[in-house]
Amino acid sequence: MTDALAGKGTNPSAVLNASAPINDDTEGMSYLHSVPRRLVTLYLPLGVILLVLLFPFYWMALTSIKPDEQLLDLETYSPFWTWSPTLKHISKLLFETQYPVWLWNTMLVAVCATGLSIVASVLAAYAIVRLRYRGAAVVGGLIFLAYLVPPSILFIPLSTVVYQYGLFDTPFALILTYPTILIPFSTWLLMGYFKTIPFELEECALIDGASRWQILVKIVLPLAVPGLISAFIFCFTLCWNEFIYALTFISSTSYKTVPVAIVTALVDGDIYRWGSLMAGAMIGSLPLVILYAFFVEHYVSAMTGAVKE
Amino acid sequence: MALQTQGKPTREFRDVTAWDRLKVNKNWLGLWFMLPAAAFLILFLAYPLGLGIWLSFTDARLGRGGEFIGLENYDFLRDDPIFWLSVFNTLLYTSVASIIKFAIGLYLALLLNENLPFKAIIRAIVLIPFIVPTVLSAIAFWWLFDPQFSIISWSLKKMGLITANIDFLGDVWNARWSVIFANIWRGVPFVAITLLAGLQTVSPSLYEAATIDGATSWQRFRFITYPLLTPIIAVVMTFSVLFTFTDFQLIWVMTRGGPVNSTHLMATFSYQRAIMSGYLGEGAAISTAMIPFLLAAILVSWFGLQRRKWQQGGDND
Repeated sequence: MTDALAGKGTNPSAVLNASAPINDDTEGMSYLHSVPRRLVTLYLPLGVILLVLLFPFYWMALTSIKPDEQLLDLETYSPFWTWSPTLKHISKLLFETQYPVWLWNTMLVAVCATGLSIVASVLAAYAIVRLRYRGAAVVGGLIFLAYLVPPSILFIPLSTVVYQYGLFDTPFALILTYPTILIPFSTWLLMGYFKTIPFELEECALIDGASRWQILVKIVLPLAVPGLISAFIFCFTLCWNEFIYALTFISSTSYKTVPVAIVTALVDGDIYRWGSLMAGAMIGSLPLVILYAFFVEHYVSAMTGAVKE
Repeated sequence: MALQTQGKPTREFRDVTAWDRLKVNKNWLGLWFMLPAAAFLILFLAYPLGLGIWLSFTDARLGRGGEFIGLENYDFLRDDPIFWLSVFNTLLYTSVASIIKFAIGLYLALLLNENLPFKAIIRAIVLIPFIVPTVLSAIAFWWLFDPQFSIISWSLKKMGLITANIDFLGDVWNARWSVIFANIWRGVPFVAITLLAGLQTVSPSLYEAATIDGATSWQRFRFITYPLLTPIIAVVMTFSVLFTFTDFQLIWVMTRGGPVNSTHLMATFSYQRAIMSGYLGEGAAISTAMIPFLLAAILVSWFGLQRRKWQQGGDND
């Protein structure tokens, strides 16, 4: 960069000579910053923010392995660390409650709802972007509007609808209603991905006699794999996170999902409940965090893509 | 067969039927491609949305249909002080949380945009509060805000700043600030990471040119970063406001609307009236009262998007 600017300078040789010593390993304008200055303006605030963002998780993890007497006695033991970790809370959670069932319910609902939504969204996004049927632009706009309709104004009428369709208190109530949250989002995201695939590829296939279905399955989908992964992960996270529908449509404990079950079934009057509550919260978040760790880039692109498109 | 078609393409022997034409007709194909998504969205989104508005004009109860009663539900709500309290809470919650989320989020995005060691890892860590299900982190906050065993009270006492435990969720204003804090904690990563994506599209040469012209760091932010970021800020903040306004999970887990209804948002209040007390019609009226606010947010988002396209010189594709 310095070289490019220097080339346009009025006195090229002088500027070039002057810039020669500093064009080694510095990048951009970083030579303007000194280490102490960066320490105060950058690392310190960043450190404070990261500390606040992560502390609840540390506390969650610590609470779930602390023995009960240390949890409630803040004076004799240092509350920020424990030297005698215990798996009592976790084993109590896994073997004395229905936690594994709730985990399985959540997984089942999330996978089914995400699968359904991705299939529906792929078809819809392809039709809107590439078939360009009459009214496609309007439908695209309507789908964006559907994205903005929040579950918390829909759950009351939906509960009567779910009851009418005979789905109340079954996993299908969730599998069929979650797509209304997921389809608008993933359609919008996939529309953006499909637009980046060159239209010429499809034209070639059309000339060779491929049907639209063959084009979608054999050309567009293989090229859109990163977009599909992004949509899948984000939808899966949304399902796992959903609360209000699961709270309203499910009443039997054995059909509940983790977030609802923890709040309704695990919370009792017991003063020593905190250990297993925190263990439940931690184990409930782990699948998502692990998934996230493997697909950070896809996750970020899903989140920013939905906003930027 | 082989002899008959020798030297001629097969296609000439068969007329193009209406069915063949239909199979390549893009409107016909479009209909079938749209069918699954449309079925879901009509059955479980558009229909309930309309039904919700209809229910708000009836006296429906949980488990039985209602009669049309006109504006009676709305008249009742107009005289209900708890409803107005929930409106006040919602507006306070949304405005305070959104403004602080924006300020901290933008600041964090600017920090992350610097040259940092382990940049990718730090960015991944920042997003974790957004990944973890809200309910589960809300439970962690519930424990952090425990009246007796709160680590925050303990630390402040050890530092000598307070003498007695703070009753985070038992006092009217403390409870409000506590849930707002939890909401900010959860929302900042989203704002920061999306704004960071916007910042990364700003060309560094603009900053270099401005620095050569003698711009201070504030001027670089005010006259380069901010104008280029405005469109994405509009969209991000619309989403942030929308999701804060309709929040349910955090409040429900941490306070259930208490103490004395002081943290009831319109969403939690409608749940309480419709599902817990069984007055579906009244709950639907509360939900419907949220729609005008949501429409306002959507309009802002729409103009934000339009402006962005115009600014980048792209067509409205």
